[in-house]
Amino acid sequence: MQNGGASSDQNGSISSVPRDTSRPLTEEELDRYSRQMIVPGMGKEAQLRLINAKVLIIGAGGLGCPAAQYIAGAGIGTIGIVDGDTVERSNLHRQVGHSTSRIGQSKVSSLITHLRGLNPLPTYVAHTTHITPLNAADLISQYDLILDCTDNPATRYLISDVCVLLCKPLVSAASVQTSGQIIVLNCPPTPQGQLDGGPYPPCYRCCFKKPPPANAQLSCGEAGILGPVVGLMGVAQAGEAIKILASALHIPTTTTTTSPPAQGVPRAPVVEPTLLLYSYSLTSFLSPFTFRALKMAPRKKNCFACGEGSKQRLTLEGVKNGEPNYEFFCGLGGGGPEKGVLSEEERITPREFVESVQGKDGNGKGKKYVVLDTREKEHFSFGSIEGAVNLPFGKLLSKAAQFKRSGETPKVGDILPPEIKVHDGDGDEDIPIYVVCRRGLDSQEAVEKLKEMGLDKGGSRKIVDIAGGMKAWKEQVDPSFPYL
Amino acid sequence: MSDQKDQTIDITVDFSGGLEILFSNQKHHALSVPAQDAQGKPANVGFLINYLCQTLMTDPRADLFVLGGELRPGILCLINDSDWELEEEDAYVLQPGDNILFISTLHGG
Repeated sequence: MQNGGASSDQNGSISSVPRDTSRPLTEEELDRYSRQMIVPGMGKEAQLRLINAKVLIIGAGGLGCPAAQYIAGAGIGTIGIVDGDTVERSNLHRQVGHSTSRIGQSKVSSLITHLRGLNPLPTYVAHTTHITPLNAADLISQYDLILDCTDNPATRYLISDVCVLLCKPLVSAASVQTSGQIIVLNCPPTPQGQLDGGPYPPCYRCCFKKPPPANAQLSCGEAGILGPVVGLMGVAQAGEAIKILASALHIPTTTTTTSPPAQGVPRAPVVEPTLLLYSYSLTSFLSPFTFRALKMAPRKKNCFACGEGSKQRLTLEGVKNGEPNYEFFCGLGGGGPEKGVLSEEERITPREFVESVQGKDGNGKGKKYVVLDTREKEHFSFGSIEGAVNLPFGKLLSKAAQFKRSGETPKVGDILPPEIKVHDGDGDEDIPIYVVCRRGLDSQEAVEKLKEMGLDKGGSRKIVDIAGGMKAWKEQVDPSFPYL
Repeated sequence: MSDQKDQTIDITVDFSGGLEILFSNQKHHALSVPAQDAQGKPANVGFLINYLCQTLMTDPRADLFVLGGELRPGILCLINDSDWELEEEDAYVLQPGDNILFISTLHGG
């Protein structure tokens, strides 16, 4: 199928462009692709560009599944898929290229099974591995266009850097909760460091110079994700990929090398860098969603990866040797201070709590202690420790800040939800407060905040962290607890 | 000249990508902000960022919005749907009717 002018480029890999766009289509191709080929702007040549193209989809998850379906459906000739994970049941609400019967299989083979059913014509290439600084260049160099469907900032910077170095266009998308973003980068692909005669398209670093600090990075596993939100972004990635390939925008602009522009290929116009932002609110049906097309700046002169002097800073050799260090850059160096701020007396394990607190005090009349659950109300809605009251961590912090500003010392009733009737000074003794969260970090901070506000009354009221949160509760006390 | 100090500019401010949790979980805000800063200079985006921290932010985790006196890394500011780098970044002087959008860059997928 890969007939025609494959040639070797300076990286020694098989360059896929230009390839023959003059052969007749087979009867099956004519039939299968007929509806998209008659769309204005498509036609036979564009379809053959798709058939001749090689696309690498990095990540076979919530973005990669829908993207791959439309990439395969459209007849992209060679489709590589990179992922090192296996299919889990909690993937399936959004990763619609997998199936219940393939739980436990590698995501790559599962998705390829699905895509073969959709369209047997493309060549599917399985890369059953995570992308790393060591293998990134080998993977990316074999393809014409890259889709970043990954789920963490370190990988996103790595992919973009290698795409700059290998002169590949990149379609990057991301999503969490009810928001999604997509942007086309380095397209048309422009050699690293080229600035004269610009503006040239930006890379990921031009747009997102620095990653957020680790505590502000939300993952789908931690923060949640709605299937259609990430799905829309994946579908949009496929749409951009098809547009780029059909109109030959993936072919590098006139380069500093000696190779003349390929014959018959129109000089690619400069793409206006646009960040598409999709967002909606689950709680406001009056404004169901917003799509915003945001105008971004072109390639930056001072960009680390593609700007002035970047050839000295960023090389394929360097990336392979751990320079730059992507994990460190994204604050995942492992050197972060593990929170262990509380003393022994301020902590109790779930098992101890059940044995020495619930067992002793829990069955009397009247409350002898309060359990404060600081998870978000969605988590709390699935259950908690018996009698627990919910005060999400953010709200607790807000209240604490309010009191700090006003200089007042709050009473327990000012902080805890109103259903708790443990007002100070009504004859009640200082009943202890046990704080629990999801995994045992927020709760420690909450204990500190409550003490800061004076709720421990100089030590006469115990405020204790249930160590390890509801995760540990499930492990130690109640294996059937619906921990999410 | 006399009353300039009390003048305000009507603008809209949007938060997206999770930043809204710092601002009473509301994505869209219609605001009347002072037309001048404390030194009597026309209010710019840098002034607005401070003003938002002081008046609109309900969550005390200000470091999720501003870090080291600057917009936290990983937040884009868009002025009327254009990256603020295409304008004058935080020196951009607010105009009536402006829309300022703050988005947190996403990484999930």
